[in-house]
Amino acid sequence: MESGIKHEDIVQATVSAIQKAETVLTEDVVASLEKAEQEESSEVAQSHLKAILKNIGIAHRHSVPICQDTGIIILFVEIGRKISLLPDIEQALIEGVRKATVEVPLRPNVVHPLTRENSGDNTGNGLPDIKYSFNDSDKIRITAVPKGAGSENMSILKMLNPSEVDSIDQLVLETVMNAGGKPCPPIILGIGLGGSFDKAALLAKTALLGRVDNMDQQELNMLEKVNRLGVGPMGTGGDTTALAVHINKAYCHTASLPVAINIQCWANRHATAVIGGDGQWNII
Amino acid sequence: MEYHLKTPLKTEDIETLRTGDIVYLSGKVLTARDEAHKRILETPLKEMPFSLEGGAIYHCGPLMKKDDSGQWEVVAAGPTTSARMSAMTPKFLELHNVRILIGKGGMDNIADSFRGKCVYLAYTGGCAALAAASIKNVHAVHWLDLGMPEAVWELEMDEFGPLIVGIDIKGNDLFSNIRKNAKENLNEISRP
Repeated sequence: MESGIKHEDIVQATVSAIQKAETVLTEDVVASLEKAEQEESSEVAQSHLKAILKNIGIAHRHSVPICQDTGIIILFVEIGRKISLLPDIEQALIEGVRKATVEVPLRPNVVHPLTRENSGDNTGNGLPDIKYSFNDSDKIRITAVPKGAGSENMSILKMLNPSEVDSIDQLVLETVMNAGGKPCPPIILGIGLGGSFDKAALLAKTALLGRVDNMDQQELNMLEKVNRLGVGPMGTGGDTTALAVHINKAYCHTASLPVAINIQCWANRHATAVIGGDGQWNII
Repeated sequence: MEYHLKTPLKTEDIETLRTGDIVYLSGKVLTARDEAHKRILETPLKEMPFSLEGGAIYHCGPLMKKDDSGQWEVVAAGPTTSARMSAMTPKFLELHNVRILIGKGGMDNIADSFRGKCVYLAYTGGCAALAAASIKNVHAVHWLDLGMPEAVWELEMDEFGPLIVGIDIKGNDLFSNIRKNAKENLNEISRP
């Protein structure tokens, strides 16, 4: 049986998810920034956190992008197996990004890697970066993740030796220290341990999608160490270098220990559109 | 200390600023990032389409849109990572009498080239909506062929800030001090 989901439903749901992600931060991130502002002991750090909170308010009220770097668009798309005969979903997603670029609006950020020629509409070969997965529902979930370059450029992937398990913490701390103010701290760290070369990076990126206030003991210990560095908001010193650390693990080859560290700035932007089998969609 | 400054500026206006001070800036500010820096360095002085004398450069690739009457307006205009411009900045400061550079994240080991003529101010990264709210006017745009983020936008600012003095006119560098502290802290944390 053909599903009731039309091409246009996917386009519009994509536009709305991008619009929401670009203009409104999730409440857990905002609450975490408010807490940091209250507890921060450095005056300079506090002025940064105050500016950030003021900025979030203006962006939300006026529905304008939180950051001028509206990022490249990454889409996590979960497709329910109960849906049959989809329209050309990939084409609809790409069209959604083009439309959002005009309507939100988004800064045209996407260029050819060598000629640096700007495509003008935030799409190009390989972008948006779409990652598909499947579940047992009768819905499609589209999570839009705009990723800015400031924080992405400071991220690393390293293939450690299996005997170097104990040096993972050191690698994380050195990465944060070397990044300094460049990735717009307070940051959120997504860490991928295991898998393969590319799987580790994907684990690190998906780790950023969790609630910032939900950390296990290993993550809390790492957060405490990172904050003891004193890099502070924007690298000008202070107590709050990171808001959260999230670690995702996967089994890996016995000879391998891939470690990916994906840095995310305080503007941890993402939003999800859920499209039901009847074509109705809403943003969660 | 908190300062309120207006462009164009003389050396005297920025002499008393020290790292960690807070500045609010009004007047004309020009955006320039990677491509604009490259072109400024390649353009002979007499062919420059805009003046940098006593000026302020903002490392920023804004998101702009044209309103119904064809006028440009700013949607979002937060700072970009200044370190990408580090290699070009000493020559830039040698050729042009710029008094203020604004960006985020600090600059890499070039504080000496600021001595006696310029300061670096750090704006809070990502605060694009807040920055846009302090832009009163878009005077002009130059080199739009470089693309919207890379073009040079002449913006009229009103109390743009808070901007933290990152490098002062004596070459003190807040970011390198924080980096040095972080390195000491790292050694402390790593000690078994």
